[in-house]
Amino acid sequence: MKPVETVIKIENLFAGYGHAPIIENISFNVFKGEVFVIIGGSGCGKSTLLKHMIGLLPPISGNVLIQGDNLCLAAGNDRNRILQKIGVAFQSGALFGSMTVLENMMLPLKEFTELPDAMMEDIAWMKLKLVGLEKSGFLMPAELSGGMKKRAALARAMALDPSIIFLDEPSAGLDPVTSAGLDNLVKDLSSSLGITFVIVTHELASIDAIADRIIMLEKSVKGIIAEGTPEELKTSTDNPFVYNFFNRKIDKGGK
Amino acid sequence: MKQSRVSKQNQDTIISLAGRLDAKTISGLLSESRQMIAKADTPGLMIDLEAVDYMDTAGAAFLCLMEDESRKKGVQNFSIVHLKPGYSDLLDMAKEVRKADFSAQKPGALSFIENQGKFLLDTLAEAKEFITYTGEITYALFQSLLNPKKIRWADTFLVAERAGVDALPIVALISFIVGLVMAFQAAIPMRMFGAELYVANLIGISMVRELGPLMTAIILAGRSASAFAAEIGTMRINEEIDALTVMGLDPVKFLIVPRVIAATLITPLLTIFSNLVGMLGGAVVITSMGYPFISYYDQIASFVSWGDFTGGLVKCFIFGILIAASGCIRGYQTESGPSAVGVSTTRAVVTGIILIAVFDGIFSIVYYSLGI
Repeated sequence: MKPVETVIKIENLFAGYGHAPIIENISFNVFKGEVFVIIGGSGCGKSTLLKHMIGLLPPISGNVLIQGDNLCLAAGNDRNRILQKIGVAFQSGALFGSMTVLENMMLPLKEFTELPDAMMEDIAWMKLKLVGLEKSGFLMPAELSGGMKKRAALARAMALDPSIIFLDEPSAGLDPVTSAGLDNLVKDLSSSLGITFVIVTHELASIDAIADRIIMLEKSVKGIIAEGTPEELKTSTDNPFVYNFFNRKIDKGGK
Repeated sequence: MKQSRVSKQNQDTIISLAGRLDAKTISGLLSESRQMIAKADTPGLMIDLEAVDYMDTAGAAFLCLMEDESRKKGVQNFSIVHLKPGYSDLLDMAKEVRKADFSAQKPGALSFIENQGKFLLDTLAEAKEFITYTGEITYALFQSLLNPKKIRWADTFLVAERAGVDALPIVALISFIVGLVMAFQAAIPMRMFGAELYVANLIGISMVRELGPLMTAIILAGRSASAFAAEIGTMRINEEIDALTVMGLDPVKFLIVPRVIAATLITPLLTIFSNLVGMLGGAVVITSMGYPFISYYDQIASFVSWGDFTGGLVKCFIFGILIAASGCIRGYQTESGPSAVGVSTTRAVVTGIILIAVFDGIFSIVYYSLGI
């Protein structure tokens, strides 16, 4: 077995807005090159956890370490340096509507590198080619379909070649074919470029296709209810929440 | 840390790169490598990547740029050696992108004449739309007035509260200050003639006939027309207006009529309030000059007629309709896109203020010819 390198370490995190934690005292590690999936029912705090992991929300207590650097304690330039190691593709795409797709890709390059323009353009086009949008560089985000927006968002998240990419609900609102295409893309990028992916989703098909490891959050325990590979979670029968989730059963008030 | 270096071997200049090839390191390597290439005097140039332990898209783009520059310089044999197998796809892609001409995809810019034509067509189409909506609103308004039970009174009162009651402080502040400043400025020259008390006439007539209605209307245009446009615009983007339409509910009746009625009702009330507070501002100046308040009051009461007062109020009704209509119509016209609501809000305020100014002018002429 090859040695595993931890790229994200969550230590005793209490997550939530204000002082009321939605998630209490969770710890887990994400390893280099894996596709790590966070799942759970609606309202269990998946997106909140993601916001803590990318530094948008300060944790109530606990630590988020990205490649050994504590994101919660860092400020100013240190914080920016850590944030440049990660890329985030938001659920709605969050492309800047006033810029073309290509300009969206170029923005982080222009702000954070001193490369010549021609090279930045090459890099941006390469990213668009990676996600199959090389024909849409001059379009405005409003002209893209939902699936294209998500792919463009993924390309922008990759602009600075981060080693970790976070995806919030990449398949939400997409048809199964487009969604599968996006899954393949994630898998390809993870294997060819060695990028670590952290994905929040509740699409079962998507989880099957891409996940190396899963944690499942649950509202009632305010934390992780199950952890493991898709196979392990799918076949586990000892926890009703996990079983219901994977078998699309409605919980009728306990076992 | 490993260093990049240049060496020569037979016919080749060898540039050995080392360490990481990413966007950060390349910014530093770029000028150095260009110098190395410029200095190369051999027919062959070899880039050795043996000591490179990481390369990303920026690195691949960098290698392609080096190749281009070497070829331009006249290097015949350019080669990249010891490329780690995992990175060859990346390099191929970079080469492909470098060769591809994406500029063909760029949409062509319109010529000056085309732009003017487009602008004219857009303006005409928009004017048509504005007139259509105005007609629709007027029709819906009359229909609702004929059948007042159908009006959504709860919504109407809620809008009236937000646009009216909540606007009292700002209307009070602005009117008070305008009354005060105007009285103060007028009192200085009037004092030379011992006519300070006639400042009351000036304040009274200008507040009631002109400034009260106008200022209230402009405050409402800034405060409420923009709010209407943003609310309705957001509803348009969230498909709430489509939802109303498919439920068989007329969005104009449902959303616009309550707002127009509310604005029409509260504008005169706010204007009366503004008139009073403005005159109060003037009173502060006059009483501070030693005149009793009752003289100020008598002066205004004897000079300002009910005709002036009514004339001001009639204007307000019209202003109220204009403000609400411009806010709602601009909101209703909201297109998709992130800046759309901002654009409609701006347009609502601008349209509102322009219409107020134009109609104020029309009223002045009409009142003058009617002798009011």
